[in-house]
Amino acid sequence: MSKPIWIARDYAACSGCKRCEIACSLHHEGWMWPEASRVRVFMPFPGCEVPHLCSQCNDYPCVASCPVQALSTDADTKAVLVDREKCISCGKCIKACPGQVPILHPGDEKATICDLCDGDPECVKVCKEAGYNALMLVEEGPSVHRRLFSRNPIEVAKDLAVLFFGEKGEEVI
Amino acid sequence: MSKPIWIARDYAACSGCKRCEIACSMHHEGWIWPEASRVRIFMPFPGCEVPHLCSQCNDYPCVDSCPVQALSTDADTKAVLVDREKCTECGACIRACPGSVPFLHPGDDKVTICDLCDGDPECVKVCKEAGYNALMLVEEEPNVHRRLFSRNPIEVAKDLAVLFFGEKGEEVI
Amino acid sequence: MPGGYAGKFLDIDLTKEKVEDITFDDETLEAYFGGRGLAAKILWDRIGRKWRKIDGLDPENIFLALTGPMTAIYPGARIMCSGKSPLSNGTVGSTASTEFASELKMAGYDGVIVTGRAEKPVYILVTDGGGEIRDASHLWGKLGEETIKLLNREVTEELAKRKPNIGLWKEPGIIYIGPAGENLVRNAAVMSKICHACGYGGYGAVMGSKNLKAVVAKGRGKIPAVDAPESVKLLLKKTHEHLIGRTTMRRWGTGYAGYAVGADTSSEPIRNWQEEWHDEKSMGGPRFENRFWVKKKWADFGCTTNCMKISCIKTGRWKGDITDMPDYELEAYCGTNLGIFDPGDNVHMSAVIDNLGHSGINGPNTMGFAAELYQRGILTEKDFGFKPTWGDAEAMTKLAWLIAERKKIGRVLGEGTYRAALKIAKKKDMKPEELLKYAVHVKGIEIGAHGTRSDADYTHDISYAASVQGGDHTSVAVDGFTEMSAAVFTDSAVFCNFCFFGVPQELVFDFAKAVTGFPITQESWRRVTGPRIVTLQRALLLLGGPDVTWEPVGDDDNPPRFYEPLPSGPYKGSKTDEALVKQKRKTYFETLGWDEKGIPTKETLKRLGLSDVDPLMRKFRK
Repeated sequence: MSKPIWIARDYAACSGCKRCEIACSLHHEGWMWPEASRVRVFMPFPGCEVPHLCSQCNDYPCVASCPVQALSTDADTKAVLVDREKCISCGKCIKACPGQVPILHPGDEKATICDLCDGDPECVKVCKEAGYNALMLVEEGPSVHRRLFSRNPIEVAKDLAVLFFGEKGEEVI
Repeated sequence: MSKPIWIARDYAACSGCKRCEIACSMHHEGWIWPEASRVRIFMPFPGCEVPHLCSQCNDYPCVDSCPVQALSTDADTKAVLVDREKCTECGACIRACPGSVPFLHPGDDKVTICDLCDGDPECVKVCKEAGYNALMLVEEEPNVHRRLFSRNPIEVAKDLAVLFFGEKGEEVI
Repeated sequence: MPGGYAGKFLDIDLTKEKVEDITFDDETLEAYFGGRGLAAKILWDRIGRKWRKIDGLDPENIFLALTGPMTAIYPGARIMCSGKSPLSNGTVGSTASTEFASELKMAGYDGVIVTGRAEKPVYILVTDGGGEIRDASHLWGKLGEETIKLLNREVTEELAKRKPNIGLWKEPGIIYIGPAGENLVRNAAVMSKICHACGYGGYGAVMGSKNLKAVVAKGRGKIPAVDAPESVKLLLKKTHEHLIGRTTMRRWGTGYAGYAVGADTSSEPIRNWQEEWHDEKSMGGPRFENRFWVKKKWADFGCTTNCMKISCIKTGRWKGDITDMPDYELEAYCGTNLGIFDPGDNVHMSAVIDNLGHSGINGPNTMGFAAELYQRGILTEKDFGFKPTWGDAEAMTKLAWLIAERKKIGRVLGEGTYRAALKIAKKKDMKPEELLKYAVHVKGIEIGAHGTRSDADYTHDISYAASVQGGDHTSVAVDGFTEMSAAVFTDSAVFCNFCFFGVPQELVFDFAKAVTGFPITQESWRRVTGPRIVTLQRALLLLGGPDVTWEPVGDDDNPPRFYEPLPSGPYKGSKTDEALVKQKRKTYFETLGWDEKGIPTKETLKRLGLSDVDPLMRKFRK
């Protein structure tokens, strides 16, 4: 098995290429399926790209919210795991998530959440290969409160817009 | 020997750590001597760091300007070479250089210019290792005119100040 | 269904408000592939016999936004826009990188085909549920940035309403027009992501003529299945390895060429091509990068190259302007061609022109044409309401708006450089040649920022003169053979050229075969498929339109300016070699199996499966 890991995100470094969506869906679905990817790249304005994925909040509000206990956490990687047989597609975990990260799968409507690829995330590999490091592996205990990264991607993008475009950035999203 | 190379510079990516100055002087002088380093980091305002080094201008104005032909170019790497025996420390090459890059050595006053480390530059290695890539090796023919990079570092820093700080940037240097 | 295709196309008649799903048979897809090739085929089949009578801005014209089988699978997803060009009266396969292309595929469609004209402004929305026509009156008149912002909000809200529980809806992919297209500026672009443009051909005007503000796509399906998935995955890895090795392209894009093309190859348009050499180091890349490039790694769906960068002006009178770096073409056309050598002004012009939905090349070509006429006293301040002086960014900004809004002389200039020249000649009671000598176009399509006079750039004698796409610098005529497996291919497979260069062509064609299952090789594209597409485009070009037709051979030529000797620089005195143009044009026609006038022969048409085109070619052969 693997040790606890976490995917650090450098939003400003995201190019919007979506190779993470391609790599994730190739790995989990067997073919390119961006909307089934566990990491989804939002772009509410060109230049303000936000990879949106599970942050493994310390208190796992999604797990707590599931009425049928379909969600659990992996003892080693600390990822959220979904039991697709139990899942009733109610959407409560989406509402409980501070960033509304989970999705109902575009194929079978089951809750779909990043499982950290059992310790060796595909998205991180392609992002590193391309030289962006917008998604970067962190192996030591991150000195951050992971829940802080579970945030609505439009709000993140608004911050990026100001960072990049100054006052103009307040108008574009 | 080696093939023609060039060091691309990404000023906005320079962290100001000066490990390039350390690595260069370690290699050429045997010990840490930042002011003898062939790459020197200017920081006219914090945040606006500019690695200043020879760009191997296509027309080599420094070589032309030397009254005693102490300067030449390496046939393989295309770097500028200084014959320290011939150098009379007149400073003509510093004046001829569009960016005033060369300097008189803090030890023996001889003109000192980047020699591209015979094809395997030390500064590039440490910058890459640190993940900055502010100094990056380019091996194919760059689609850039190298002389454009020979520019006064204060002028470069002024541009960076605006890029980072907006209107405020026009006041800080 | 062959691999790579989603399987259906959206067929919309805006006059009848009819929306349908259609398909094409495997033989057609194999013969024309997609994108540029398939567009020419659809246009020929549907309106080829009445081609001559249809103007590009008539409701009978067809607007096509097509992908190809390799879109969103091979790196660098693009959309191809086409139709009958309001400029050349032929067709252009004009492409732009955008997630609109991948979203269209995810929604289950390979393309959108639009005929007729809506009564009021509309946009088309394509989702997993199919296509629909929606009201766009609140969007009409809006600039590019505002259009994106409003559509992103509106469409995600609508989709979230329709299917609320699935989690957050991402923004859709959008292609749209600005005021230039809305006001039927003949060379207006179809825009995406503020600065990506299907720039050549004037398809923004075609959309505008249909009251079509945008086409929007959001799908949640898989990217289409391929014929040999394991091969494709392996080839994808290899392709990425090649593209990641393209250090300088990834590092700077083409945004550093603004100096080199002027100083070294002396082929950069300056003040309407009056000169092509300059030594203005201010136009060199570092001045842009250090002051304006706020985002240096920017890419579109599946792209490894990330040649794009985003610029923002943070200070001064143009504060807040956002655009891409600019790339070389707009450094030249929104800069040196307007006499502008200040990086900030250049970034600003690029932002204005993109926001208005002008083509960043064709629009400022007409602007430069107008500024030269002012310089020579043919047009006066009264025609403009201001002085369009070279290098004056405020004046040039006004000029861009004047044309987009069709005010004063902008009314005529909005017809594109060629037609404006003819109209102004008439107005001023001058001979057409007197104005045409300042018009830098081929077959009505304004020429890209690579001159032919120095012969030091990649463009030469027949690059534009013999090309079925006129001044389009992305798809030049080389020898009637080489280019068939390059631009003609990428425009039909529909993916980005900058994910094509640097990858061995053998690998690309193996990829194409692994995706589709078609027996594709570089050879088959060079000998058959490419020539088939280009020959069909040639036939349509020859048929012309109600206002303009082209003289075979006579108009297969460079503009007069390209035969004037260069006035300055290391190539001073050099001009395009007329004898070489004649000679290579002859060889080009021969290679493609066209007669000495460039009319496709009956045998060639038969060999390429275009026998039904032959009856309409007979009159040209006499």
